[in-house]
Amino acid sequence: MQTEALQKYLEAWEFELTFGEETDQFLNVNVHPHQLLEFMRKLKSDPETYFDYLFCLTAVDWESTMEVVYHLESTKHRHILVVRTKTDERATPVLDSVSNIWATAEFHEREAFDFFGIHFKDHPNLKRLFLTEDWKGYPLRKDYTDEANMVIK
Amino acid sequence: MEKTLLYEELKSQEYFINMGPQHPATHGVLRLLLTVDGEIIKKVEPDLGYIHRSIEKMCERDSYQQIVHLTDRMDYLSSHINNEAVCLTVENALQLDIPDRVKVIRTIIGELTRIASHCLWWGVIGMDLGALSTYFYGFRDREMINDIFEETCGARLTMNYNIPGGLMFDIHPNFVKRTKEFITHFRNKLPEYDRLLTGNIIFQNRMKGVGILSREDAISFGASGPVGRGSGYSCDVRKHHPYSAYDKISFKEALQTEGDSFARYRVRIDEMWESMNIIEQLIDNIPEGDYKVATNAVIKLPKGEFYQKVETARGELGVYIISTGTKNPYRMKFRSPGFSNLSLLNHIAVGGKIGDLVASMATLDLVIPDIDR
Repeated sequence: MQTEALQKYLEAWEFELTFGEETDQFLNVNVHPHQLLEFMRKLKSDPETYFDYLFCLTAVDWESTMEVVYHLESTKHRHILVVRTKTDERATPVLDSVSNIWATAEFHEREAFDFFGIHFKDHPNLKRLFLTEDWKGYPLRKDYTDEANMVIK
Repeated sequence: MEKTLLYEELKSQEYFINMGPQHPATHGVLRLLLTVDGEIIKKVEPDLGYIHRSIEKMCERDSYQQIVHLTDRMDYLSSHINNEAVCLTVENALQLDIPDRVKVIRTIIGELTRIASHCLWWGVIGMDLGALSTYFYGFRDREMINDIFEETCGARLTMNYNIPGGLMFDIHPNFVKRTKEFITHFRNKLPEYDRLLTGNIIFQNRMKGVGILSREDAISFGASGPVGRGSGYSCDVRKHHPYSAYDKISFKEALQTEGDSFARYRVRIDEMWESMNIIEQLIDNIPEGDYKVATNAVIKLPKGEFYQKVETARGELGVYIISTGTKNPYRMKFRSPGFSNLSLLNHIAVGGKIGDLVASMATLDLVIPDIDR
């Protein structure tokens, strides 16, 4: 589906969605964390969207909010969608895990947990992946400081 | 009767084996924690981070020209293609019109990089399975490519030939001649690879039916590159999202349907043939023109998000830049092919033997700095 057609198709669904701007490279859609899991399931199972390939999952620290960005592609229709979800909770942000929809999410979510401290609910094995178990803090957050190992300009 | 009793008395118990971080078959500092029952693998748990350099964090305070130099330390065997990915992202964001000459040269060097990477992989896979001599054959041919790179780019491994806006300098006068010489040489030598290793019955027995990955699982685990294509999953970024000069040339996507280690092996051999075809289509028709377009000394990307996919020798590399309009990216993410390919190792190794794990891992062609970033 083309971007406009895809946006129209998703608008007809019963989710509270807000879309990105027209100038964006891919179609961006913001979804509320409560609806994330259900929305993702539908994106994968609906034959018209059929997003079966999660090619990138990452987190962004916007200082006041934490955001997780999912890049999806359909190997059947070859269209791309970017799903974003935000949470205001900074200390321990909790989001639903999508690892039972796409197996690749298991590692990518562990990476996001490791570097951003985002807790994914119902993740099969949520623990540090790159850093040691006793590491303090989450290095890719904007407010992370480590005076011994970082060059701070 | 006696036999059953004896078997019941011999109680077996699962135990752990550490494979790595310093193990010759892990090709770098990768640690695998194996749960085994006898020699049957029950679980493979990768432990990563031994050479994590936090490239994504470093990018947040570097200029876009500096970032290019960091990326060839990720998957060092695809360094040119990694550089190209960052440059393409920046160029697309700035909406620069890149000369055709740059696109063609980038494509040729990218394909030479792919051949060089697969040569090294082919040498090493033989060594992993006990055939030491393949290493020397693979390195002999890779050496010729490295010499071409040295002459044109000034370096043999971390080339840094790309800059945002084009290339650092024009190609060396010998480039076309030597590349053609290499193609002639390699067209004669690649069948030797088949005679030495592909047809070997011991090698085939260790590869066939080992580490089977179905097409559905390949997609679900985000497999890409030869790992995905060995399972019959058409995932070549050069075909589906063409960049540089890939939309102007015709080539076949190497596909196999069995999904076992041998299928992944054959995909890479076929890819070397295809890379030679691609180079031959371009090498005589390098367009005249500039080798770069001028950019500002300080590159500021417009506010927004930019994503670029490229096909490295290992699979799909994604570069994701979030810019707030300053000279540094606000957030930079590299979607590395090796990271997703590693995540399916547990899936394909469980139930097999430790020796099969070595074979499966060799056909995943992991480069650890690419996973650790």
